[in-house]
Amino acid sequence: MEQTVRLTRGRIADIQRFSIHDGPGIRTIVFLKGCPFRCRWCCNPEMQEFGIQTMMVEGKPKVVGRDVTVDEVMQTVLKDRAYYRRSGGGLTLSGGECLAQPDFASALLQAAHEEGLNTAIESTGFADFEMIRQKILPHLDHYLMDIKHMDPAKHKAFIGQSNERVLENARKIAPIAKRLVIRVPTVPGFNDTPAEIQAIAEFAASLPGVEELHLLPYHRLGQDKYGWLGREYTLADAQPPENEQMQALLQVAQRSGLRCQIGG
Amino acid sequence: MSSFTIYDAPKSARIGRLIDHIYGNMPQIEADRGVLLTESYRATEGEPMITRRSKAFYHILENIPITIRPEELVVGSTTVMPRSAQVFPEYSYEWLEEEFETIATRSADPFYISEDTKAKLREAYKYWKGRTSSELATSYMSKEALRSIEHNIFTPGNYFYNGVGHVSVQYDKVLRMGYSGIRAEAQAALDKLHITDSDFVTRRHFLEAVILSCDAAILYARRYAALAAAQANECTDPTRRRELNQIAENCRRVPEFGANSFWEACQSFWFVQMLIQTESSGHSVSPGRFDQYMYPYYKADLDAGRLTPEFAQELIDCVWVKLNDMCKVRDAASAAGFAGYSMFQNLIVGGQNERGEDVTNDLSFMCLQASMHTQLPAPSLSIRIWNGTPHDLLIKAGELTRTGIGLPAYYNDEVIIPALVSRGLTLQDARNYCVIGCVEPQCPGKTEGWHDAAFFNMCRIVELVFQNGMDAGEMVGIATGDITKMTSFQQVFDAYQKQTDYQVELMVNADNAIDVAHAERCPLPFLSSMIEDCIGRGLATQCGGAKYNFTGPQGFGVANMADGLYAIRELVFNKKEYTLADFKEAMEHNFGVGAVAPTDVEHVTTEIVKGLVAGGQTVGEKEIAQIASIVQSQTLEPAKRDKYMRLRESIQALPKFGNDIEDIDALAREVAYTYTRSVENYENPRGGIYQAGLYPVSANVPLGAQTGATPDGRLAYTPVADGVSPVAGSDTSGPTAAANSVARLDHHIASNGTLYNMKFHPSALAGRGGLENFAALIRTYFEKKGSHMQFNVVSRETLLDAQAHPENYKALVVRVAGYSALFTTLSRSLQDDIINRTEQKGWRD
Repeated sequence: MEQTVRLTRGRIADIQRFSIHDGPGIRTIVFLKGCPFRCRWCCNPEMQEFGIQTMMVEGKPKVVGRDVTVDEVMQTVLKDRAYYRRSGGGLTLSGGECLAQPDFASALLQAAHEEGLNTAIESTGFADFEMIRQKILPHLDHYLMDIKHMDPAKHKAFIGQSNERVLENARKIAPIAKRLVIRVPTVPGFNDTPAEIQAIAEFAASLPGVEELHLLPYHRLGQDKYGWLGREYTLADAQPPENEQMQALLQVAQRSGLRCQIGG
Repeated sequence: MSSFTIYDAPKSARIGRLIDHIYGNMPQIEADRGVLLTESYRATEGEPMITRRSKAFYHILENIPITIRPEELVVGSTTVMPRSAQVFPEYSYEWLEEEFETIATRSADPFYISEDTKAKLREAYKYWKGRTSSELATSYMSKEALRSIEHNIFTPGNYFYNGVGHVSVQYDKVLRMGYSGIRAEAQAALDKLHITDSDFVTRRHFLEAVILSCDAAILYARRYAALAAAQANECTDPTRRRELNQIAENCRRVPEFGANSFWEACQSFWFVQMLIQTESSGHSVSPGRFDQYMYPYYKADLDAGRLTPEFAQELIDCVWVKLNDMCKVRDAASAAGFAGYSMFQNLIVGGQNERGEDVTNDLSFMCLQASMHTQLPAPSLSIRIWNGTPHDLLIKAGELTRTGIGLPAYYNDEVIIPALVSRGLTLQDARNYCVIGCVEPQCPGKTEGWHDAAFFNMCRIVELVFQNGMDAGEMVGIATGDITKMTSFQQVFDAYQKQTDYQVELMVNADNAIDVAHAERCPLPFLSSMIEDCIGRGLATQCGGAKYNFTGPQGFGVANMADGLYAIRELVFNKKEYTLADFKEAMEHNFGVGAVAPTDVEHVTTEIVKGLVAGGQTVGEKEIAQIASIVQSQTLEPAKRDKYMRLRESIQALPKFGNDIEDIDALAREVAYTYTRSVENYENPRGGIYQAGLYPVSANVPLGAQTGATPDGRLAYTPVADGVSPVAGSDTSGPTAAANSVARLDHHIASNGTLYNMKFHPSALAGRGGLENFAALIRTYFEKKGSHMQFNVVSRETLLDAQAHPENYKALVVRVAGYSALFTTLSRSLQDDIINRTEQKGWRD
């Protein structure tokens, strides 16, 4: 393997082993630090800033973010090689937005491929398409892309960025990605009406090669972290959707002809 | 080779009603067995013990009340009332007499006992003074061993006060030839003896005892045949009348003769199971490879069109209910350790035959289905896994695990077979293994394994090291030197090994004393009729009649000792931040936790007194003085308290076993060897060897309550780590990391079994994908040579209980949004979210 790949450095927030909801099989997720989006419901708010931060967890400081080489990350990732082989799993990059550190993300995926591991990214797609085409897609087996809303204004209001670039990239990536799955975090008061879900599902179905759509029900499990960061959680009143509502939205999404499921 | 159809037959309505019936009352104590046993013993004074045992067994089965419960298809009950218990004064009895007035209201496993029963037992107990196996065992034990037991270094309580059980007999033989066949075998052996043979007298009496025991079993079944026929005559419901007539016919045939149908096979099996439990009070009488020995009868009926898969399932479900209809009464302390009226009847499906071929069949699936249907603790269902295990079977097992009942337990053929071969089993016998009780493998029908021979508390050993062999003012261990003067980690480790070796020697003395006491006072001729090669050798299993003989005492606390010794190595010898004296002092003061500042004595005393008064107690001057003196003894200068707490924080900040860190896992392996290698040096009185296990049943909680603070930062009297699992809450890197760590222990040498308990939130097993990943996790852990795995899927009920009683769930970890958190530290609303998510299968975590 090329030494330059292995020595590429980047900034991560965490590595989580035995992840089973972000790509096939048993996987290890590497969370990269930094994200261009500020989704209000984000369950990893400590990964939004690129800078290294200190959270106060139950009165104790916890540093989030460390600079590592690909080689260091791979040492941890490879500890579960036997589990990946049995389950068809591998490496998933998440974050934050992994595309915000293109060279590092590319090197991680390449290193994983060279080890024979399946690779996936969980990503907003908010990055330069040429970069994605050249640096990411050649080393990628599964692209799990979030499409959060079809309305640019609402997208900007809840996320801080408009959706044009996301949609445009989705159209460009779909025909050339090995496998693209569309995921929709279903958030109350943002995109949880049948019409909104239908619009996203129809867009997803129009993408060549896309067969699958995941509705990810909103949850509040990252809420405590906002307090630890000294930030306000602006969705404090939002309730996780009831199962009945999710089932109804699932039926709406299924009309697009895609294979749809609740959860990853 | 494996061939099977998966029927997934529905649950019949009858099963729910049978379950309701047996759980409709509080378990009771019944006097009949104890009274009949005593009558017989009184009448047989002076005869050989084996003869007396068989006569007593016959007398009991001839006279004990019998009953058929409503709608049963498989009959036979050790007690008139459901889920109740007979008593066994030949092993011990004083504890029960002492508990007569409290046993109905004790917190763990209460039993109702009537005044009539008390009176009958009081009368019977008059006979037993000086005649029990426990009294004989005590007199055989060295005073040093008794002292170590008293100080809870090890605990051989199981067999000290009860029968041994822990066996799987030749169910297949009874199914095939019945007790008439076994009787004929014993008769043939008897006919071959010559009056001048050197062992003629003992052999003759043993074989005659076997014959009488077989007669007793046959007689007992005939009583049931008569009862069923009588009930049929009076029954107005034609369906039930047909069933009762069939039951009568079944009981006329089995277990006297070989079974001719699957229904008869179920009935025959059940008589064997319940009669073993009537002869002796031992628990963990394990059905073993039920799917294998029952299969020929199932297959023949199915092929002949006499049986539908649905009815076969109903019969198996009925057997499952019966397994829960047997109970054993234990003393209050043991009941706390085995809480849940557990009988540990282990039944295992799948795996290889003697030729190394996979033999999964229809019944393997039906057994899993039966546990799905009944959702009851018995049988302790297990599954054998190897490279040839059909994927479908593992997936079906995962579905059962997902229901949250903690079943089945998973066992690795690829470790257990070579481990048993290393202990002298033939390859064929090893391939045919089953599991006894909790996790102990043996070859069924040929083994007196004496698994579960004692609990050996590895944490108490480190206390002896720190106190130079002293405990509570008495010399319990040996002098290994003043720890504060030790200058290398190796010296500490050597002292730990020496203290272990010494206590293992005493434990061997204790176990062998109990072993001999059982041979002398409680030989079991009925059990011996179903264990190879008792008839051939003319010896009861208790006297060395079995082909394979073992004694398997189990150590626990590996993870605490690995973390603790690692902490000493790092903080004292590598980083040199603390001294051994710091550790000693801090541990003696429980790391400063619970200590009272000298200036607070008055305040704390006042608060305690107020609490007592509020609770309705009268507190006088004398009591106040006593409380003040106790509080005074807990005082500690704040500076010292802070120092101890700092040490504990430093310990807690260190890496822990269970996170896939090779350095510390390697130390854990060495720590486990201090016990497992020490144990394997010894022999038992039955001509067998000792082999170690590493598992605590649930004794890690009560025995932890007898253990002071340990160098891993564990506080005094809190639970010790369970089995080979990491310390609860310390395996923060997820299941694969924890499994990798646990797999780094040597599971082959712990051939009496290891226990690894993994906890999951149900969402991890949701959907087909969840099951596939679960299967991959097990297969990979087994590929890395782990031996056993069981899963605790945290249920909604558990989480609700944790919300209501957080003090009981301090170590409950749930995974939330990419990090693991202690459930009880989360905010109420987050807890609610997580509880709701346990219901929403298929949702991501």
